[in-house]
Amino acid sequence: MAGQEQIKPTRRDDGPDDTPEPAAAPAAQVADTDIDDILDEIDGVLETNAEEFVRGFVQKGGE
Amino acid sequence: MTVRRVMGIETEYGISVPGAPGANPMVLSGDVVTTYAASRGIRPAQASWDYADEAPLRDARGFDMGRGAAHPSQLTDIEDPTMANVVLTNGARLYVDHAHPEYSSPEVTTPRDAVVWDKAGELVMREAVHRLATVPPGVNLYKNNTDGKGASYGTHENYLMSRRTPFSRIISQLTPFFVVRQVMCGSGRVGIGVDSRTPGYQLAQRSDFFETEVGLETTLKRPIINTRDEPHAVADLYRRLHVILGDANHCDVANLLKMGTTSLVLAMIEDDAFTTDLSVAAPVRTLQAVSHDPSLQSTIELVDGRSIRPVELLRTYFELATDYVDTTWGSDVDAETTEVLHWWDTVLTALEGDPMDARRWVDWVAKLSVLEGYRERDSLGWGDPRLRAVDIQWSDVRAERGLAHRLAATGRVEVLVTDEEATRAMDAAPEDTRAWFRGACLRKFPESVVAASWDSVVVEVPGERTLQRIPILEPLRGTKAAVGELVEGAPDIRSLLASLAVADRPSD
Repeated sequence: MAGQEQIKPTRRDDGPDDTPEPAAAPAAQVADTDIDDILDEIDGVLETNAEEFVRGFVQKGGE
Repeated sequence: MTVRRVMGIETEYGISVPGAPGANPMVLSGDVVTTYAASRGIRPAQASWDYADEAPLRDARGFDMGRGAAHPSQLTDIEDPTMANVVLTNGARLYVDHAHPEYSSPEVTTPRDAVVWDKAGELVMREAVHRLATVPPGVNLYKNNTDGKGASYGTHENYLMSRRTPFSRIISQLTPFFVVRQVMCGSGRVGIGVDSRTPGYQLAQRSDFFETEVGLETTLKRPIINTRDEPHAVADLYRRLHVILGDANHCDVANLLKMGTTSLVLAMIEDDAFTTDLSVAAPVRTLQAVSHDPSLQSTIELVDGRSIRPVELLRTYFELATDYVDTTWGSDVDAETTEVLHWWDTVLTALEGDPMDARRWVDWVAKLSVLEGYRERDSLGWGDPRLRAVDIQWSDVRAERGLAHRLAATGRVEVLVTDEEATRAMDAAPEDTRAWFRGACLRKFPESVVAASWDSVVVEVPGERTLQRIPILEPLRGTKAAVGELVEGAPDIRSLLASLAVADRPSD
């Protein structure tokens, strides 16, 4: 935790005390883990041949 | 002032057959419509569309375009028997529009209900896909607005307005809002330019396809403000503002904001409440510049000389709307308006800081967070086909394949309308507009309804030689409260017609 506190800039210069912002670094960590989970999930269903899938998605104009 | 007004969303879906890019999209779209219709016991010849009052070439500026001057794709009132076209018991129209299946939602009165019946439309398409999948390779449908190769198809909004409002005022005061609305409501797109020739990411699916500020067309030279004047209602009283520049949304919050904030801005325009000129310089070019800047940091030029960021202009509209609601309604404001203002403020606050904080609420941000994840993990450039595949598959209507649905299923997207609510709306019509009467006729007397449209129901009475046309020109009549007992109590169509006549045609 200490290392993470050091790399997180303090948001307010005039803060009433020097308590670190406890949520910031762990939140970023959660976000990283979360995006990995999302990508794993999407990997499982994403078209395996992306190039062919994209090439094959041809539409006529509408409206 | 309130977000409440008669409104609706019509969505054309992208369509393709896996492994067969050359398949005929018109035939496929017909299959989608007839397959779904059959699943609900509707014969396409049965509840077909009544075109009598359609006039797509009427222009809100006060002149008609000669039919000889119109592009064939503008002639939407010509009936083609090979084109499937049905009315559903929820009051919606499901049909083939050119080369796409289209679901036009029933008329609703709140932004939230617009989201409900828009999601119902996607479930209609999903049901058709599931049924067509029984004959491999099946047909896939996508709730998006471009193939990234130069073709675009629309998600149009409709808002009933007072005929008294000068159209010139709508143009001048709505255009700046539409230039920046995509920041809250865009669905995101991989590729810059209509054919994606420049690698990159932009906020909106549709912005690159707009070429003019005002006009009648929807398929070519697309205008920011569309002037089609086809009210589908009493023409002396109402105008139907047809909005063609929006994206199809998967995020409920963005979809709610698209309908709700637009309705609020329109209410202010109707009341002539804007006291400051917010006109944007070079609106078409600016529309595209805003779409091309996901950092949201670039400024745009106003006609009065100011340079401000798009979120600042949206904040200005928000503050004007909030002041107006406070002044007009005070604490009597309705819950629907309060909900829209809450989300409007919440989303703007997120976008004003780190835009990625809006990933739970705004499609383009949710999509970008996934794409950036891929770019970082696999070191992909914006031209990589995998990113374009994510972009397309994002909008696949199937729950198990559509990436937006996968994200929502894991709780990463704010859900305002549950699947249960949307499923119910596949069959049930809104109760507070004429859609209820239209839907109820189809539900209760399916054998008798020959055709229907936004403003009529045409029925065949056994023993009568001519068809009976029941006009429903007032969108707020024909509600369940007004004619519910009368319709539900009628044993057959003849009795219904007789009761309507006695009741002074309350549905008219």
